[in-house]
Amino acid sequence: MTVFGVPTQALFGQLLIGLINGAFYAMLSLGLSVIFGLLNIINFAHGALYMMGAFVAYFALQWAGLGYWASLVIAPLVVGLVGLVLERTMLKRLYHLDHLYGLLLTFGVALVIQGVFRNEFGSSGLPYVIPAQLQGGYNLGFMFLPVYRAWVIVFSLLICLTTWYVIERTRLGSYLRAATENPALVQAFGINVPRMITLTYGFGVALAALAGVLAAPIYQVNPLMGADLIIVVFAVVVIGGMGSIMGSIVTGFALGVVEGFTKVFYPEASNTVIFVIMAVVLLIRPAGLFGRTA
Amino acid sequence: MSTVTAKPGAAALPAAELAASRIPAHQVVAFGIMTGLLVVAPFVIYPVFLMKALCFALFACAFNLLIGYVGLLSFGHAAFLGSAGYASAHSAKVWGFPPELAILFGTVVAAVLGIAIGAVTIRSRGIYFANITLAFAQMIFFFSLQAKFTGGEDGIQAVPRGTFLGLLDLRQMYVLYFVVLAIFLLGFLVVYRAIHSPFGQVLKAVRENEPRAVSLGYRAEHYKLIAFVLSATLSGLAGGTKAIVFQLASLTDVHWTMSGEVVLMTLLGGLGTVFGPVVGAFILIALENYLAQLGAWVTIVQGAIFIVCVLTFRRGVVGELGRLLRKPL
Amino acid sequence: MRIIRALTVLATLLAGVAVAHAQVSDGVIKIGVLNDQSSLYADLTGQGSVLAARMAVEDFGADKKGMKVEIIFADHQNKPDVGSQVARQWYDADKVDVIVDVPNSGVALAVNQITRDKGKAFLVSGAASSDLTGKACSPNTIHWTYDTWALANGTGNAIVKTGGDTWFFLTADYAFGHALERDVEAVVLKNGGKVLGKVRHPLNNQDFSSFLLQAQASKAKIIGLANAGGDTTNSIKQGAEFGIVRGGQNFAGLLVFITDVHALGLPTAQGLIFTETFYWDMNDRTRAFGKKFAERNRGIHPTMIHAGVYSSVLHYLKAVEALKSDDGTKIIAKMKEMPTDDPLFGKGTIRPDGRKIHPAYLFEVKKPSESKGAWDYYKTRTTIPAEQAFRPVDQGDCPLVKK
Repeated sequence: MTVFGVPTQALFGQLLIGLINGAFYAMLSLGLSVIFGLLNIINFAHGALYMMGAFVAYFALQWAGLGYWASLVIAPLVVGLVGLVLERTMLKRLYHLDHLYGLLLTFGVALVIQGVFRNEFGSSGLPYVIPAQLQGGYNLGFMFLPVYRAWVIVFSLLICLTTWYVIERTRLGSYLRAATENPALVQAFGINVPRMITLTYGFGVALAALAGVLAAPIYQVNPLMGADLIIVVFAVVVIGGMGSIMGSIVTGFALGVVEGFTKVFYPEASNTVIFVIMAVVLLIRPAGLFGRTA
Repeated sequence: MSTVTAKPGAAALPAAELAASRIPAHQVVAFGIMTGLLVVAPFVIYPVFLMKALCFALFACAFNLLIGYVGLLSFGHAAFLGSAGYASAHSAKVWGFPPELAILFGTVVAAVLGIAIGAVTIRSRGIYFANITLAFAQMIFFFSLQAKFTGGEDGIQAVPRGTFLGLLDLRQMYVLYFVVLAIFLLGFLVVYRAIHSPFGQVLKAVRENEPRAVSLGYRAEHYKLIAFVLSATLSGLAGGTKAIVFQLASLTDVHWTMSGEVVLMTLLGGLGTVFGPVVGAFILIALENYLAQLGAWVTIVQGAIFIVCVLTFRRGVVGELGRLLRKPL
Repeated sequence: MRIIRALTVLATLLAGVAVAHAQVSDGVIKIGVLNDQSSLYADLTGQGSVLAARMAVEDFGADKKGMKVEIIFADHQNKPDVGSQVARQWYDADKVDVIVDVPNSGVALAVNQITRDKGKAFLVSGAASSDLTGKACSPNTIHWTYDTWALANGTGNAIVKTGGDTWFFLTADYAFGHALERDVEAVVLKNGGKVLGKVRHPLNNQDFSSFLLQAQASKAKIIGLANAGGDTTNSIKQGAEFGIVRGGQNFAGLLVFITDVHALGLPTAQGLIFTETFYWDMNDRTRAFGKKFAERNRGIHPTMIHAGVYSSVLHYLKAVEALKSDDGTKIIAKMKEMPTDDPLFGKGTIRPDGRKIHPAYLFEVKKPSESKGAWDYYKTRTTIPAEQAFRPVDQGDCPLVKK
């Protein structure tokens, strides 16, 4: 049976691949959304920090013999720390200015980080082996699904839903959300708002690093792995609605699927279809699909 | 939850100091100095490097018109630079246009694109405007990658330089240089005239308080759109000239990192100043040239400049100079 | 005010007369090594090519002969605009006489044109497009090490004749990829095979999962990788993840270098068949070169591109010595006149269309058990004699060749 000349088997396979790619988009845009939604910071350095996460995993293996499972914890912590420092030293000074300065600053940070890594490691990829427990694959009939890629989907769904739950349904989350609306009032209640903001930025960055560790075994660990990804992730956040956590998650996975299908019917357009969708969404619903206008 | 406009009390992007319609004397002097230096420079410095800097200086001036005087950050200006480059290259190489017509054709293509994209995007503001201009620029990038005539990763190569107006042989280095200089000065003066005019005054009013300008009877959207199209057109002029000078039109000029570079040039030189973009462009191109041997150091330095400029040097080189002299430059 | 300014500019313009540039010949032979120093081709060209050029200058004995030779290098980042700007600056301002290497066919074609316009010399080792001795042939360019036609002929023929008669192409979307795909497709069809599908991927692509899935769905026996460097190794690695070989299909690496095999490791790369024109472990002379090179190159043994840079620079210097000039067009003509002889490629000739002729070899990657150590990776399956290895001179549409 075929759909538009493509056998359904192939289509299901591409759908699954699309979900896997979508998982990365979802995790990255989640971090970005948390940062923008709660802090009003446009974090252009997100792609570079994702790359750092992958590199920390690589170093952990090379220098300390620490495997994948350890890196899942270490990389977010290390890169999250970097994020904390970034926020404290630089981003803090820009809160009273136009948002766009935050964008320009983080853009500069991204260039510096990517440049330093490129200088050290060139831009061809470094190898990172798939952990032994996740090797091999399942024969699903319509395609051969590597175990690792299945793990990616499951794990990122878990992380995304947990984050959403924490922010939208717990007390901590409500403090965060309140602090964005009216920081002075929340501070008056005795909550250390600046510290919360710093920690939130670190958390968003840690999510990016986690995505980097997930990516290390299947995409090459290379200094430019986040460079072209960042504008796609931005598009996802904008489409989902800047500041809407659920919007980013849903849009991330959906985009992966849309891209997957595009790769079957018109592969060359797969990098661009997201921007077409973003343009359309921005013109019809400027606040995004799940966004709330101020 | 998230706001579209800046928070109340947030400092906006630097406002350009617009003098009265009479041209201030110190700016005439500055213009004279700039032109004088540019006339003498090719005999001392490698002219091809200077021509590259001039094309980018024009590009930055065009970009500055939008961000400095209208307050809109476009993250997709590379679309105009690159499309004009492809148009000029193709018309010169395949259709045999003489260089002046090829460059004109490129400029027209950029203008048309400017109208098309501007009409759709001009209603947005702030980060949304940046995003939607980026989206359209990416679509143009994709089109450039796929269309047969652009040559994909290889670009359009071996573009003939030809004879300008049937008189000036552009294969001679110095002749080419002075033609490019003339084009740059023309574009620069167009931008200057646009700012120091009633049109410029309305733009200022719109940027400072749009509802008020509207209530006074000015159709703000129209003014913003005209400024956008003007910015796109002059970017196209820069792109078309660049294609003829380097005899090549490539994907680099439509890639989104090029949009980032022009932001950097303008920021470094001074957002909303008259001469800032020129200075910023020259500094950046010189830096790239100097650091090219050292690989990725170019990106690191560019990033560092962004960071330093945003944190402590927001007025840019010319902005600070203007503040020292207490006269707007 | 403005009118006066405009007139001044115009006057200056009309007064501008072309300044005659001083002749470049200044007693120094300046060689420019232009290649990819930081991206996906950095290992197979990069600093190794600079070293190869240096070794050629040393082995030629330039010092003893009283010739001053300088070597500079630059990174073209696989971008035609960067490459052409460097070439321009080198020729105009930095007095470079000859540019060598230049992997990435798009950049090579741009440099080819500029070299021709300025009457200098261009010795291509890295780039593959057979157009350099075809439609784009030039009296200022010699294409040294290999080209897409030689690869297609060697690998394509061999694979189809041994049963690989249905193909699916995974192609890098730029000049080289297209040329390679075109040339191999022609060979496959000529030998009675069928091409079941093709897909183009962006250069320097990270994720091949979707394309590999399409290759699997086509059920072609052979998946032809019309790409190079990092793209090839990624395709093969991810192919292993998706069970391509287990599912009964085979990869045909259409352009593989010893550095790729090293990066993949023998367990993954074993059995790969491809064509090259040089291997360091073929005879005593190549072994001697290989060891000397590896010592100075962090243990990395020379690829055929490095060998090509060595060989072309050596022959260039011989021609300069014979002609006592560094005029690009004349040197290239002299190089075509003189037969070549060097420790790496042996004896050979250069045709009127700029194509250097030498034998090609069909190599197969050894099994881990067959290898005695690092860099002992290839066994030779066939030797293709020089006259058959490259496209016949009259089939290339080169305007320099009189029919």
